Amino acid sequence: MTTGLIGRKLGMTRIFADDGTVTPVTVVEAGPCPVLQVQADRVQLGFGQRKAKRASKAALGHAKAANLEAAPRVLREFPLAGDAPEVGSTVTVELFTPGDRVKVTGTSKGRGFQGVVHRYGFGGGPASHGSTRHRRPGSIGPGTNPSRVLKGKKMPGHQGAARHTELGLTVMRVDSEQNLLFIRGAVPGARNGIVTIAKQGGRSRHD
Amino acid sequence: MEEAIAVTAPVGAEDTHMERLASIEREGLRDDLPRFDAGDTVRVMVRVREGEKERLQAFEGNVIARRGGGISETFTVRKVSAGVGVERIFPLHSPSVASIELIRRGRVRRAKLYYLRKLSGKAARIREKREK
Repeated sequence: MTTGLIGRKLGMTRIFADDGTVTPVTVVEAGPCPVLQVQADRVQLGFGQRKAKRASKAALGHAKAANLEAAPRVLREFPLAGDAPEVGSTVTVELFTPGDRVKVTGTSKGRGFQGVVHRYGFGGGPASHGSTRHRRPGSIGPGTNPSRVLKGKKMPGHQGAARHTELGLTVMRVDSEQNLLFIRGAVPGARNGIVTIAKQGGRSRHD
Repeated sequence: MEEAIAVTAPVGAEDTHMERLASIEREGLRDDLPRFDAGDTVRVMVRVREGEKERLQAFEGNVIARRGGGISETFTVRKVSAGVGVERIFPLHSPSVASIELIRRGRVRRAKLYYLRKLSGKAARIREKREK
């Protein structure tokens, strides 16, 4: 089997426990993911469907080799864990059980070109009393020596819209009828975005 | 309860993330509560855990706000207890709300009655709603 599967983020909601405790959860529609390829150490899974006229011949042929009718919208690879699954079989949310530790990878929301206050949490300068350094970074390094700016200096620039992995999340509920995973906390990306959910060892961030 | 969830997708959009999420939330909504709105007087029976025992505690007062939608909807109840204003915010669909009893319907002209916080005594009364 594999360690994870591909899903679509539906959005956030909340779960009530019997004693009234509220848990914020992200609902992810995950799988069923067909297995398209198995290699020595990894498994390629697909998710979603592409219209036949939108898919390349190569993608269609790749899907046909796994006995699929349509080409998947996305392909992702996961490490092989345990026995190798058969090409053409599917991986569902039943891979997970409530309480599992997972990591979720997705593309974070794009924030555009941002200054250092928003991007890195710099303090910024005073607002008044003659100050003009309102949201500027200030000095970016020493002077004549070394007469250059050190690499990696935190400066304004593009923020977000980058691959991000959120570690140590907990699976709260698994709905195998509707292919849903309820994952505690927030997950990278906008609603309707593609995410991958993979098992992870170690502790939860909520312990 | 009463109203269907506010989020309704256009025809043909049943599979959008919004409609999917709304239908997931619908499963958790309670339908055993009376219809009430801001201005009404209610008695909320709250489940209180004391060690191993569970008992019901009443909280009676005016509903001064309802906010949020779907399963996240909450309502605020205000009462004046021993001269001190007390407000509690309850999640509408929480299992810790055992029951809600509608005691009196009030006639008010806005959805949020935060102005009551500045009023006391006779001025803080709410007119009763007369059904035609």
